[in-house]
Amino acid sequence: MKFIDEYRDAQAAGRLAQALARVATREWTLMEVCGGQTHSIVRFGLDELLPEGVTLVHGPGCPVCVTPVEFIDKALAIAARPEVVFCSFGDMLRVPGSAKDLFTVKAEGGDVRVLYSPLDVLALARRHPDKQVVFFGVGFETTAPATAMAVHQARREGLKNLSLLISHVLVPPALRAMLSSPLNKVQGFLAAGHVCTVMGFEEYEPIAREYRVPIVVTGFEPVDILQGVLMCVTQLEQGRHEVENQYARSVRRAGNQPAQELMRQVFRVVHRAWRGIGTIPESGLGLCEAYAEFDAERRFDVQGVTAQESPECRSGEVLTGVLKPFDCPAFGVTCSPDRPLGAPMVSSEGACAAYYRYRRRPAAAEA
Amino acid sequence: MDWNANCPVPLGRHERVLMAHGGGGRLMQQLIAAVFRPAFDNPLLETRHDGAALRLPQGGRLAFTTDSYVVRPLFFPGGDIGSLAVNGTVNDLAMCGARPLWLSCGFILEEGFEIAALQRVVESMRRAADAAGVVLVTGDTKVVERGKGDGLYVNTAGIGALEHERVIGPGSVRPGDRILVSGDLGRHGIAILAARESLGFETEIQSDCAPLAAPVLALLEAGVDVRCLRDLTRGGLGAALNEIARDSGHDVRVEEAAVPVREDVAGACEILGLDPLYVANEGRLVAFVAPEHGGRALEVLRRHEATAGAVEIGVVQESREGQVTLATRFGSLRLLDLPSGEQLPRIC
Repeated sequence: MKFIDEYRDAQAAGRLAQALARVATREWTLMEVCGGQTHSIVRFGLDELLPEGVTLVHGPGCPVCVTPVEFIDKALAIAARPEVVFCSFGDMLRVPGSAKDLFTVKAEGGDVRVLYSPLDVLALARRHPDKQVVFFGVGFETTAPATAMAVHQARREGLKNLSLLISHVLVPPALRAMLSSPLNKVQGFLAAGHVCTVMGFEEYEPIAREYRVPIVVTGFEPVDILQGVLMCVTQLEQGRHEVENQYARSVRRAGNQPAQELMRQVFRVVHRAWRGIGTIPESGLGLCEAYAEFDAERRFDVQGVTAQESPECRSGEVLTGVLKPFDCPAFGVTCSPDRPLGAPMVSSEGACAAYYRYRRRPAAAEA
Repeated sequence: MDWNANCPVPLGRHERVLMAHGGGGRLMQQLIAAVFRPAFDNPLLETRHDGAALRLPQGGRLAFTTDSYVVRPLFFPGGDIGSLAVNGTVNDLAMCGARPLWLSCGFILEEGFEIAALQRVVESMRRAADAAGVVLVTGDTKVVERGKGDGLYVNTAGIGALEHERVIGPGSVRPGDRILVSGDLGRHGIAILAARESLGFETEIQSDCAPLAAPVLALLEAGVDVRCLRDLTRGGLGAALNEIARDSGHDVRVEEAAVPVREDVAGACEILGLDPLYVANEGRLVAFVAPEHGGRALEVLRRHEATAGAVEIGVVQESREGQVTLATRFGSLRLLDLPSGEQLPRIC
């Protein structure tokens, strides 16, 4: 596969691992921000290739994982209504809310559908004028432009039977929140390549300066990740703290400006609760007033729904790199992909699910 | 056999059936263990194979199996529900080491279904039966109201002759056994996904749907010490290896670089966020053979069109864990777990 194979080349990976072993003279803890990167690291066993002192901890960049249980409950309430066709990305549909998940709502008779693109809801809404079509828009800056485009086109077409339940989140405020925490031990970041493809990396420059941390915009394939680690460790060893771009084949400093412009038209920045972490100021996107008629929370009057997280689930610590999945007492015992306590065990980008799937220890294996 | 993208892992204990209960993964195992096995428990069922090997009172052995087909769309590149219903049951018999002979066929038709489409399906079944050397000897037809079926569901059951005393199944697997797959993986699942209008991507990928009885019988006739066979349907290679590892009590080690996946299938999987090791096939098998017979088995398989791409992908290791590990291209080792439900497209 052209453009993939060269970034999965075992010899290139080996050479980067050797270079890293030469460069690293002391212990460093880096965080890969994106769950897609976590998945690659665990799937390809990349952390086994790192020199002993270099540790990767897994970040909050799993859109499904950080969506608060309250939002899932709102989704469940809307999806159960008989007039609703409820759509979202596949992963979102199996995350547990307080009592059930969206697939259970489907088994109980709700019309719940998996979509690949938010734009598909437009066709659905046109095809079912007698139904209320609702899209559950989650994710970071990567998926937000497509959600924005769906809302934008819905308004242009005057689609009255389409609305969106929006829980989009932003990376930079989460990095600031983690770096401000007394528990923080992260010394450098591999920023998420796809997020930066949209947003560019200008907004990371003040973070690198203020907190004196190197940030390397990094891709998702094994060679990308090892190169990102090498660039980050090299900065740390040299006492630098800059934003560098490993993923230059996709990311420009200014990002995708038409996408950003569309996001500015449709969304406003809001305070957002992150599952397991808590509310981070100005860390999410909601629909701005001009598009308020498409807000499913208002249309279906679920703004008042509140919910409690499972106290046994320590996803907040996992999502901020404080706790490794293996060190959670519930891992593989009371929490598994079939009976998840929290979203990191469900999502394909969740750190707990990646550990469970690729390296479950025999002791933790369930029947 | 449906390969459905929209059914995933759910909450713990379930009061209702979820799509994932039919996914060939852990949830389906739980359903069998919790509902079916306690009710029907008997020694023949306990062999946990694709079909049952039966000894007739007056001597001689038969293999018996059944399967239902609910694929959507009914017609897809490389096959249709008819060819699938014949080949799927033929292959289940072949995995017992049997010569497939007779098939039954049950049709559940939805009111309003086009007779012309039914004729196409039936014609396709006849061609597939001729090609596999089986005869459709009995059948049944039911009609359900419009909206209560997906156009057409098909059930087939099959009987085959066991012409040897060999026990083919997980219980015969031994450390050192060579693991072979009969060709490149993932084509059926991707062909079906691509044929669903909602995905909106175009490929030339055709289903691998094909009968596997001839190459299996050729293996046995060549004297290859065949320990276990499994066709790689729902859940793909990953699910099959996990079931065999668990039921044999031995570990399975697979070399990632040796597993054949066509570039276009790998590309489609990349885009959709699927792992080809878990994607369904309808004309592929995995064979466990005695260590000294690996080369001869490959020679025999490669003489048949449906198994011409056979390669060795791994080996059975001594252990009591019953786990499947994958040696990655990067020299690291990781678990190849049983899929939970079915694979889901990812978010970004």
